[in-house]
Amino acid sequence: MGKEHIITANLNKDGIDRRGFLKCMAWAGTGALCVLQGGVLKTFALGDPALNDMEKMKSELAFVQISDSHIGFNKAANPDVVGTLRQAIAKINALPTPPAFVLHTGDISQLSKPVQFDTAEQALKEIRTEKIFYVPGEHDVLDDDGAGYRARFAKGTVGDGWYSFDSRGAHFIGLVNVMNLKAGGLGNLGREQIEWLEKDVRHLKSSTPIVVFAHIPLWSVYPDWGWGTSDSERALGYLKRFGSVTVLNGHIHQTLRKVEGNVTFHTAMSTAFPQAAPGQGPGPGPIKVPADKLRSVLGVTDVNFVHGRHALGITDSTLDAGM
Amino acid sequence: MMISIRRIASILVFVVAVGLVLYLGAPASAGSANKTGSTYQVKIEDFSFQPATLSVPVGATVIWTNKDEEPHTVFSTDNVFKSKALDTDDKFSFTFKKSGTYEYFCSVHPKMVATVIVGSAMKKSEPMKMDQMKQMN
Repeated sequence: MGKEHIITANLNKDGIDRRGFLKCMAWAGTGALCVLQGGVLKTFALGDPALNDMEKMKSELAFVQISDSHIGFNKAANPDVVGTLRQAIAKINALPTPPAFVLHTGDISQLSKPVQFDTAEQALKEIRTEKIFYVPGEHDVLDDDGAGYRARFAKGTVGDGWYSFDSRGAHFIGLVNVMNLKAGGLGNLGREQIEWLEKDVRHLKSSTPIVVFAHIPLWSVYPDWGWGTSDSERALGYLKRFGSVTVLNGHIHQTLRKVEGNVTFHTAMSTAFPQAAPGQGPGPGPIKVPADKLRSVLGVTDVNFVHGRHALGITDSTLDAGM
Repeated sequence: MMISIRRIASILVFVVAVGLVLYLGAPASAGSANKTGSTYQVKIEDFSFQPATLSVPVGATVIWTNKDEEPHTVFSTDNVFKSKALDTDDKFSFTFKKSGTYEYFCSVHPKMVATVIVGSAMKKSEPMKMDQMKQMN
């Protein structure tokens, strides 16, 4: 059910039952919620009454990641990207507890056009949450080097639109890796941004949970298709000392996950159209699936943070998963 | 070793003749090297520029057409030409007035790299000067 690719690469002895974690993730496509408590996984189906009591869940922070809405796209793979975005929003609004905020990991628009940004903003206003935080995708910085994106979505940010904020003891960092891309290259953070990052986290205690979000994956998913960031290792080096780091990305329009020590990498589904699994096809373009299957390959990500635990509970649910 | 004036003269004639031939270029390409108004097509499809290497004469115009459902751009790595974002069926054209090798890529999908080679790839040689010849002795 849905496309789940789980990559396991972790041998740390830190008390976290990662095998169980990963088994749980295999259910996530059908709408299960997994929460780590005391290093042990507890799973709930979305719609389980137990979810109505978040105190019982001992979750201290819940937020949602949404990605790749591509407003303005209108080809066969999805002639109604606004409609599927609205379905994703309805799903978020149906959660028992509204998320504290929403992270949009980029490709808000298809062609950086003002009318596309307008339409996206209007639709996203329907989410019942306090704030939406954005980072741009390469589709959001076309023709104007991101000026239109920044005017609208990047108030209070630095440089090309990077920033950080704190929420309930966790530190969130929004990075921009879609600017100044070089021929033959991958995503790129650039020296200025990495130096800013180093300063930004310098005085944080290593026990502070870190969540980094950026559009292009910050790990090497499939370089041939540009699915990686050339200088992400330098950036992640400054986060090595932290006990819990979660990296949330978009760009590849499918769910992939990797755990490496204290770092969990996760990519989200698109709300617009799916893309091929790495290497399965000529390139990273829109894939057309039968109309009745489309909702099963689009979705949103629910993230739950339990203070003091290593990893965040990350649930991907497709648009057609039962509530 | 002394060289007679006759020898110098015949070498000089030979060198000037060779120089003239190289300067004018081979007869077949001389005509097309200066031809203007020709257009060449590059198709952008399946996340690649086709053909990946295109040879054109000086003065030719290249037209890129995007046949993908993803937008692409045409950016020269040396900033010689730069398109806006091309949606499906959008076109970009550039006329190459100077010979050279022009690498370009898609700024949205930078793994897409291609080249336009303009004019002859061979460099022209200068005829040897009299005093250079004297130094050969």
